[in-house]
Amino acid sequence: MPVTVLVPSTLRGDAGDAKALSVDASGTLRAVLDEMGRRWPRLERRVRDEQGALRRYMNVYIDGVDCRVLGGADAPVTADAEVHLLPSVAGG
Amino acid sequence: MTVLLALGTAKGLFLARSDDRSSWEVSGPHFPMTGVYGVCFDKRRATPRLLAGVTSSHYGPSLAYSDDLGVSWHEPEHPPVAFPQDTGRALERVWQIVPDPFVPDRVWAGTEPSALFVSDDGGVTFEMVRSLWDHPHRPEWQAGFGGQAVHTILPHPDEPSSLLVAMSTGGVYRSTDSGASWAPANSGIQATFMPDRFPEFGQCVHKVTRDAADPERLYAQNHHGVYRSDDGGTLWESIAEGLPSDFGFAIVAHPTRPDVVYNFPLAADAMRFPPDARCRVYRSQDAGKSWEALSDGLPSEPFYPSVLRDAMCADDADPAGVYFGTRSGEVYASRDEGDSWTLVASHLPDVLCVRAAVV
Repeated sequence: MPVTVLVPSTLRGDAGDAKALSVDASGTLRAVLDEMGRRWPRLERRVRDEQGALRRYMNVYIDGVDCRVLGGADAPVTADAEVHLLPSVAGG
Repeated sequence: MTVLLALGTAKGLFLARSDDRSSWEVSGPHFPMTGVYGVCFDKRRATPRLLAGVTSSHYGPSLAYSDDLGVSWHEPEHPPVAFPQDTGRALERVWQIVPDPFVPDRVWAGTEPSALFVSDDGGVTFEMVRSLWDHPHRPEWQAGFGGQAVHTILPHPDEPSSLLVAMSTGGVYRSTDSGASWAPANSGIQATFMPDRFPEFGQCVHKVTRDAADPERLYAQNHHGVYRSDDGGTLWESIAEGLPSDFGFAIVAHPTRPDVVYNFPLAADAMRFPPDARCRVYRSQDAGKSWEALSDGLPSEPFYPSVLRDAMCADDADPAGVYFGTRSGEVYASRDEGDSWTLVASHLPDVLCVRAAVV
């Protein structure tokens, strides 16, 4: 069962206008984002920089929990998880 | 004749179009809520390619291009400018985009952190120039308030193998072997913030521009200090006398007339307002030996915004137009080489860069 990645409206243009993507990877968030990057590279680079670091003002929730409290890129992601990409509150 | 202005701001790219350089039609923002630090018209094509370095605080930096003067924009799937894995660094923003005068489809990009990138497909994808990144001085380059960036790229107009870059902080570096090796070129430029006031490198050079007629003649606005070099950067001498201050960011050479250069002074490092709170552009017509204040048409009331390093430019018309944008979102144009000025736009976000071209 693939992981579901929910895409915010501001990034749907980089995801083929999809609200949700089925990503056939699990285990860690890194693995999910790697696979997402293979299929939707422009979407992935909005979320991580070229060194693989999560962008400062992008939040990723795994089944509703901020990935940063679950280990960041090493956060465990089960095969049926929901990964939610959300821009944080930032800017002026 | 139509002139197009590309106005990079803290919250997107605006375009201004005029047939008389007096009345302007402003459109945008393109890339809303992104900081646009670098824009470029590549006029080597039938329709100029417009390139823009855009940085979203949420989604990171990128570089986009338009082949229809801003109607539509393109961005490759993979990052157009990215640091190699082994550097351990990631792109913060693209500060400068410059077409190469000799190699078709070659475009240079200067970035934060300080690095030089080169594209051979017209600015769609870039590779880092290893020789500058691997320079033994690099670990000692510092970051200025605006970040550590290569903000100036000056290909030599007559010598294909010669290229000059400048960064804050780090100073001026030159290559005479097509970028294979680099040497500092800061003799005579002071670093007021270092114990050794005249180090080999480490200066906070804010901007360098090249004289229209003599490619060996360069002008530099430094972090305190305005300089000219007559030997391609080997030696610099002060040309600040006659200016109300030696601090500022922008310096622009006239595109065709030799010895003509424009400057927008600010009072001091610790007082970043125009001197006496007066909005004045300074012009020299003798390579910096003397300066005249230009203010006809500019605000006469107290004026406090600054003009950033890339927020002043000239177009390629005859007579040349000169333009500048302010951190308070105003853009001014002169269609008579600085003698008089009119307002192009107001109430924009902070203007970070301005470029102009006859299209």
